[in-house]
Amino acid sequence: MQRWKSVLRTPLGLTATILTLAVLVLAVVAPMLWTGDADAVDTDNILSGPSAEHWAGTDNLGRDIFFRTLVATRLSVELALAATAIAVAVGLVLGTASFLLGRRSGRLVTAGINIAVAFPGILLALFFAVVFGVGATGAVLAIGIAGAPMFGRLTQTLVAGVEARDYVAAARVAGVGRVRILLRHVLPNIAEPLVINATIGAGGALLSFAGLSFLGLGVQQPSYDWGRLLFDGITSIYVNPAAALAPGAAVLLAGLALNLLGESAAKALGVGVVGGIPALPAVARVAPAEPVAEGAGHEGSDLVLDVRDLEVTFPGPTGPIRPVRGVTFAVRRGEAVGIVGESGSGKSLTALAVSRLVAETGRVDAERLELLGHDLRGPDTRAQRRLLGTSLAMVFQDPMTSFNPTRRIGGQLAEVSRHHHGLDRRAALGRAVDRLRAVRISDPERRARQYPHEFSGGMRQRAMIGMGLMGSPALVVADEPTTALDVTVQQQVLDLLAAIREQDDVALVLISHDVAVVAQVCDRVLVMYAGRIVEDLPAADLHTAARHPYTRALAAAVPDMETDLDQPLAVIPGRPVDPADVPVGCAYAARCPLATARCREQDPPLEIDAAGRRVACWHPGESPESGIDELGSLAEVEAS
Amino acid sequence: MTSLRFDDVTVRYGTTTAVDGVSLTVPSGQVVGLVGESGSGKSTLARAAVGLAPVHGGSILLGGEPVPTRGRHRPLQMVFQDPYSSLDPRMSIGESIAEAIPPGSSRAERRAEVERLLELVHLDPGRSAALPARLSGGQRQRVALARALAGRPEVVVADEITSALDVSIQGAVLNLVRELQAELGLSMLFISHNLAVVRYVASHVAVMHQGRIVEQGPTDRVLAQPDHDYTRALLAAVPGRRSTS
Repeated sequence: MQRWKSVLRTPLGLTATILTLAVLVLAVVAPMLWTGDADAVDTDNILSGPSAEHWAGTDNLGRDIFFRTLVATRLSVELALAATAIAVAVGLVLGTASFLLGRRSGRLVTAGINIAVAFPGILLALFFAVVFGVGATGAVLAIGIAGAPMFGRLTQTLVAGVEARDYVAAARVAGVGRVRILLRHVLPNIAEPLVINATIGAGGALLSFAGLSFLGLGVQQPSYDWGRLLFDGITSIYVNPAAALAPGAAVLLAGLALNLLGESAAKALGVGVVGGIPALPAVARVAPAEPVAEGAGHEGSDLVLDVRDLEVTFPGPTGPIRPVRGVTFAVRRGEAVGIVGESGSGKSLTALAVSRLVAETGRVDAERLELLGHDLRGPDTRAQRRLLGTSLAMVFQDPMTSFNPTRRIGGQLAEVSRHHHGLDRRAALGRAVDRLRAVRISDPERRARQYPHEFSGGMRQRAMIGMGLMGSPALVVADEPTTALDVTVQQQVLDLLAAIREQDDVALVLISHDVAVVAQVCDRVLVMYAGRIVEDLPAADLHTAARHPYTRALAAAVPDMETDLDQPLAVIPGRPVDPADVPVGCAYAARCPLATARCREQDPPLEIDAAGRRVACWHPGESPESGIDELGSLAEVEAS
Repeated sequence: MTSLRFDDVTVRYGTTTAVDGVSLTVPSGQVVGLVGESGSGKSTLARAAVGLAPVHGGSILLGGEPVPTRGRHRPLQMVFQDPYSSLDPRMSIGESIAEAIPPGSSRAERRAEVERLLELVHLDPGRSAALPARLSGGQRQRVALARALAGRPEVVVADEITSALDVSIQGAVLNLVRELQAELGLSMLFISHNLAVVRYVASHVAVMHQGRIVEQGPTDRVLAQPDHDYTRALLAAVPGRRSTS
């Protein structure tokens, strides 16, 4: 319901709704009020033009065309709705038949629908008009049945989409019958698009009716709808153009109203929230309450990446949402830094902000954001793109979508060098082959000529890394590079990243939800929670010397090959913080066994110690009195 | 509880053989882990067991009888990987669970059963009217487990039930699986690509590779002294193993 209301919030949606309502009200009211006026015969004014008495003139019996057009609204709308109802009903039966009948019979129905769809609708309508006889009933059946295949096809597609979902499989496994699954699981989940398309279909039916009546195949005398009035009016168009224009305009307006309503509803419901979101106000940056601790007291020349107080903000329906809230870290040459955290912790957005890939609606603010000493905060200039293109390599999670499927791998790699280094086609392709060899792809000359779909997932991910190596990157940012890969392939990709790092002294930022992967590959780990770094520690200390209760819980929650089988796994009660609703105080307090009143009121600053380790906690290193929370208190916390 | 037996099961999709002559037994009251990579056929085997994939050869027997794939009584239940897709977004969690309860009980009995099941998986029974959207991934997966248990199954098939969950939540679901197994004596076929997870919940493990089972046996034996090269490769690939071994 809430979502349907959002339709009214767009100007187009509002206009279309008002127009549609006006047409419907007119359909109900007009025949009651004006039937007398519409049927009154004025023998003095036969076939007259527009006048003060008859706004749109009169017909061959001297009846007022303006009133007749108003009164005809009811019949026109009724017929259109009846035809749409038939189309929807028949379409639903056809569209769900293959779901109900099972594979073999379903295929026959599908074939039938496909053949019916291929026929032009108007031809079908004419055919049915002949079969059912000339008149309103025949026309309704004709237009209804002609519209059914399209609707059937749509239903079928939507049903197929829902059918593939696991909850339908789950219901099947539970022994729920097909009809019941259809009624309880499938239809409710496809109702929205169906209603929208039925609305658009009603607009179309209205127009088809007018067309059919205009051809003399629809409504017959003495009844009249807009098409019939148009048919009558067209004979005298040279005498009184208004006689044809008035019903024509009515058809146009009503059809337009229904179509626009359907389309604006589709747009609003499909996209989610449309419009209504205010642009981000230029907020003055609040200076951090305490001086933010820096990575360590190292020299600036050694830094590859220097990020201070990074914030990423997106506009939200109820105000700006800030998924990254002041992140400060530095990466030195050749260093491997891991960022771990749960989904929604802001770890991926931090990486995207560094590579300037945050979606356009988002805003990136930082006190400092430097790659190799160059400020990345400025406008998107050619020089900056070149710097990012050659010094920074980005590896994404899903190797299936990071290449253009229609172009050869070699060409896609070569493009980087042609664009940024000005190499010619031949030289660039040569370098691409060389880089593919560097990422251990066998037979690189042949592979370079292949398309992405000919590569396996692991090879594609290696090719992606190879693309990053076309320049001479000082930093590789890898965002969950192995999550989509199998374990044995994961190891190859991690080994490759390690080798690249060693060979060329390249710095690596590895983002992962997997503590074990990060601990294996990285020197240092940043633990993020609710858009902030809560701990920064050497990877070797992750399981043994972590001081933040979240880090310790995260490390203990994942079973490894040495986990004690007699103990339940440590769990973190509650759920991660929603970036739209970050609590005051320490964001982790609600899930923390150490939380005190102070934690709930004041957000702890990220403090640095002598060894360069950082932690944001009021109780660093303390252990909870009652051991780590187990399932009993978990239920309690989640129930609250 | 009864045992689930796969006997020389073959599943084909067109010309590709997804499962190739697999024989595997899930003994009564035991958790058997099934590990392998994507495309190894482990999920297909699970779907074949509950009748969601066509079996071309061999037999799947539950307590010596073929698994019923028609009618309301389904003694073999399945929990799916993605709790965001396995619960109908328009149905309250209580309704979803109630749907799987075998027919023949009154409304009040069903409600009591839903409450009992929610409690069993450590969710507040008062939340049975909540829609899945209001729940976290871990809570949803617990609802999915409750739904599977609602069918009074003799064996449960769990297909990668933790791999779509955040690490902080994974642990709670694994604890629950172990707890249910200990309390109810549940037999379970537990499918996962994660050896550490399987090691934690399963007493037996079977390793699947290219549609075949290449090795099976007690978990501690298979993980300590793997016989097959592929098992060794899998073990070597567990992150963090290299530095220690």
